[in-house]
Amino acid sequence: MSAKTANKIATSVIVAVSGLIVLVLAGLLGYILVRGLGHISFDFLTSAPETIRRGGGIGPQLFNSVFLLFLTMIITIPLGLGAGIYMSEYAPANKVTNGIRLIVEVLSSVPSIIVGLFGLLVLVNLFGFGFSLFAGALALTVFNLPLMVRITEQGLRSVPREQKEASLALGLSKWKTITSVMLPIAMPVILTGTILAAGRVFGEAAALLFTAGMSSPRLDFSDWNPFSPFSPLNPFRPAETLAVHIWKINSEGLAPDAKEIAAGASAVLVITVLAFNFAARWLGRYLYRRFTAIK
Amino acid sequence: MAQPLERQQAKPHLAEEWVGKVYTLLCIAFLILTIFSLVYFVASKGLSTFFVNGVNVIDLLTGLKWAPEGEPRLFGALPFIFGSFSTSLLAAAIAAPLGFCASVFMVEIAPKFGRQYLQPVIELLAGIPSVVYGFVGLSVIVPFFRDVFPGQGVGIAAGAVVLSIMILPTITTIATDALAALPKGLKEGSYALGATRWQTIYRIVLPTTLPALMTGIVLGIARAFGEALAVQMVIGNAPHIPRSLFESASTLTSAITLSMGNTAMGTVANNALWSLALILMLMTFVFVFIVRWLERRSKI
Amino acid sequence: MPAFYNMNCQEKNKELEGELYEMKKTVMMLMVLALTVVLAACGQNNNSGGASPSPESSAPASESPAAELSGSLLATGSSALLPLVEQASKKFMDIHKGVSIQVQAGGSGTGLTQVSEGQSDIGNSDVFAEEKLDAAKAAELVDHQVAVVGMAAVVNPNVSVDSLTKQQLVDIFTGKVTNWKDLGGEDQKIQIINRPSSSGTRATFETYALGQKSEDLQGSIQEDSSGTVRKLVGETPGAIGYLALSYLDESIKVLKYDGVEATVENVANGTYPVWAYEHMYTKGEPSELAKAFLDFMLTDEIQNNDVVELGYIPANKMEIKRDVNGTITK
Repeated sequence: MSAKTANKIATSVIVAVSGLIVLVLAGLLGYILVRGLGHISFDFLTSAPETIRRGGGIGPQLFNSVFLLFLTMIITIPLGLGAGIYMSEYAPANKVTNGIRLIVEVLSSVPSIIVGLFGLLVLVNLFGFGFSLFAGALALTVFNLPLMVRITEQGLRSVPREQKEASLALGLSKWKTITSVMLPIAMPVILTGTILAAGRVFGEAAALLFTAGMSSPRLDFSDWNPFSPFSPLNPFRPAETLAVHIWKINSEGLAPDAKEIAAGASAVLVITVLAFNFAARWLGRYLYRRFTAIK
Repeated sequence: MAQPLERQQAKPHLAEEWVGKVYTLLCIAFLILTIFSLVYFVASKGLSTFFVNGVNVIDLLTGLKWAPEGEPRLFGALPFIFGSFSTSLLAAAIAAPLGFCASVFMVEIAPKFGRQYLQPVIELLAGIPSVVYGFVGLSVIVPFFRDVFPGQGVGIAAGAVVLSIMILPTITTIATDALAALPKGLKEGSYALGATRWQTIYRIVLPTTLPALMTGIVLGIARAFGEALAVQMVIGNAPHIPRSLFESASTLTSAITLSMGNTAMGTVANNALWSLALILMLMTFVFVFIVRWLERRSKI
Repeated sequence: MPAFYNMNCQEKNKELEGELYEMKKTVMMLMVLALTVVLAACGQNNNSGGASPSPESSAPASESPAAELSGSLLATGSSALLPLVEQASKKFMDIHKGVSIQVQAGGSGTGLTQVSEGQSDIGNSDVFAEEKLDAAKAAELVDHQVAVVGMAAVVNPNVSVDSLTKQQLVDIFTGKVTNWKDLGGEDQKIQIINRPSSSGTRATFETYALGQKSEDLQGSIQEDSSGTVRKLVGETPGAIGYLALSYLDESIKVLKYDGVEATVENVANGTYPVWAYEHMYTKGEPSELAKAFLDFMLTDEIQNNDVVELGYIPANKMEIKRDVNGTITK
């Protein structure tokens, strides 16, 4: 076989395989959306689930997913930013720092089921938070933190050295340099990464099975007092999220339309994650153009 | 007075620096605290099977029968260890060539088209939640395997296929980064000598980026090893080493998910599950160490 | 030491750094102390409602007078019992506006653990506590049997066998018989869909249908959730499994046990032996609120409507009783 033929064959194989991957994704998405889109309606998105009757919805679960994401992010972002800043700006290049980097890598590889078990043991049982949004948010933080640290480090590293040195030369303190000069420049990278991380958090189920729980109490959406057990804003109530709900319906669904509900919920979940992905890409591109004045 | 003025000017500067250092140090402290408490709690629960309940470590790691609630109580976890390794390794074996092809496509063959279309596709695959994968696996892959191949449809093959799609983005992203980081001169030199693109890829690019590719594969294996929900739905869950790829099998993660809620904390059955979690966690450390070792090698 | 403004750059830096270092040390120590105190405080908090200053607490002894019930309850455990307790709790909350009842799944084991450790008020369980907890812990719990769940062996609709005897079931689940033709059916391999060995559903089936433990056979499939079992039995040729009566539908075929059909009446009069109580355990005697709820579970309103609707059998309809050792009394 001449080298040219080998080249042609190899190229066609590679193109074919890439095409196959696209097909697989298209098939996957198609399967989910075709089965589920038909079932989605405003009613479906806002009403509470029914145990044994038809017509249940995913309203509380959808709200729980969003609210949990919000809670997780307000904990993770400051912590992740702080740790990332430390790692890229303050950490001396010694063994301790290497050790910390190892720790971050390990934490990012820990399977989510173990984070969930840890949450069950420590947050739900030991600290007594019970199955709650708070326990779920903390568990997801553990899961999400290494990612945030890596994103922050990446973002800060993308800032041109000259900008940082110029700022320091002008007499700004290191902290002010970081917050007023470097972070805004790194913002597109950090923001894009954060939105992608948010998408991952939104679809997470294994860590939440044992921490946020598998049911949602009756919620009174007009009650905005975060201390009331009926209020959707109370972080200490159990909160089944969309992903966990799909798991539960597939496992224990008693309602006659359980299959359709699971399909519809899966479709909603996938569409939301897609939306996160697109938003991240679009926002990243937009901010990059704004900040670097490339038009 | 000159002295207080200078000191005054130094003070806000001082305060800012101080705020910055303390804040970031606290964040790092939280991170360190988290991992240590994670390891501590899982380990203490997992080890209690040996120290409190008197189960033999060797029996756990090599025993073939798992019956923590039977008479006599048996704690052989080898079927789960075998299941976890075989599904992860098989998944990586499927996903690695696919990922490599995808990354070569994106970097070498059609960079513009690839970045615009294939990259988002890969990112989307990464974003689909694992419950959805498990559900699709049970609805599509298992019946397909049951009709086409002799066997039950469930098993290591089904688990590996589902996992391979899930780890494909991991492997592809790392491979793409590795390929893109190659110095252009290397490839241009090869083309200048008259080599075809495939020859360049096969003889120059692949060997050079091999350590980085291995990193991606190992990370993919680690991710597959730790996946719980998707695997549990398609693997069958019989606590035995299967005799074929299409026979019901178990992994560490599926065993934990299956029984954790049914056992009461403090009982030996529950502690045994925590031991499985401990094995899982220790394997994660091993994977991380392998990746670090590979990275160090690639730096040479 | 010279005045600050008299030092050169280097010395100034050193001075500032020295101050910074001192401040850092003090602050670090204070932060660590504060963190420790917070952790200790959280650890003390055993309140099943959570750590925030919630106006409704679930302290057992301090309920308001019976007429106006308020407070919150947490019931966790069996996912089989979840629909019933959830539905009953909704009705209860409609009547008593000041009450909040949370119902969680997590498995019978989790439920028993949590009620025993005081993290929940009620533990829902498919099995007697003695079967899961150590004898000492189980003795602290008080049992309230709120419903009865019947169980039936189910097969794939293509299987032609209609009824199995106890011995035949035992042979299947211990692996002695592996093909339906040995039982009067077609030449089709038997595919067992069992539950994990820790499952309460399996324990019930083993005790009352088989009379002995089944094996974890090579090649059997194990699933914990009834929905998945139903799906697999309905789709896999030659499959056999077992489900609670509430999960039966047209996708699977129900077998008779020793010729007796699995119906509510047969369970109630004792001719169909494969059933178990659904338990709601409290640690010691229930608090006023818990007692009110448990009593509510046993009223006709719930027993004759929700219980039946969800596919259970009312506890008061049973003509026989059975204790943890299996002894039957009328």
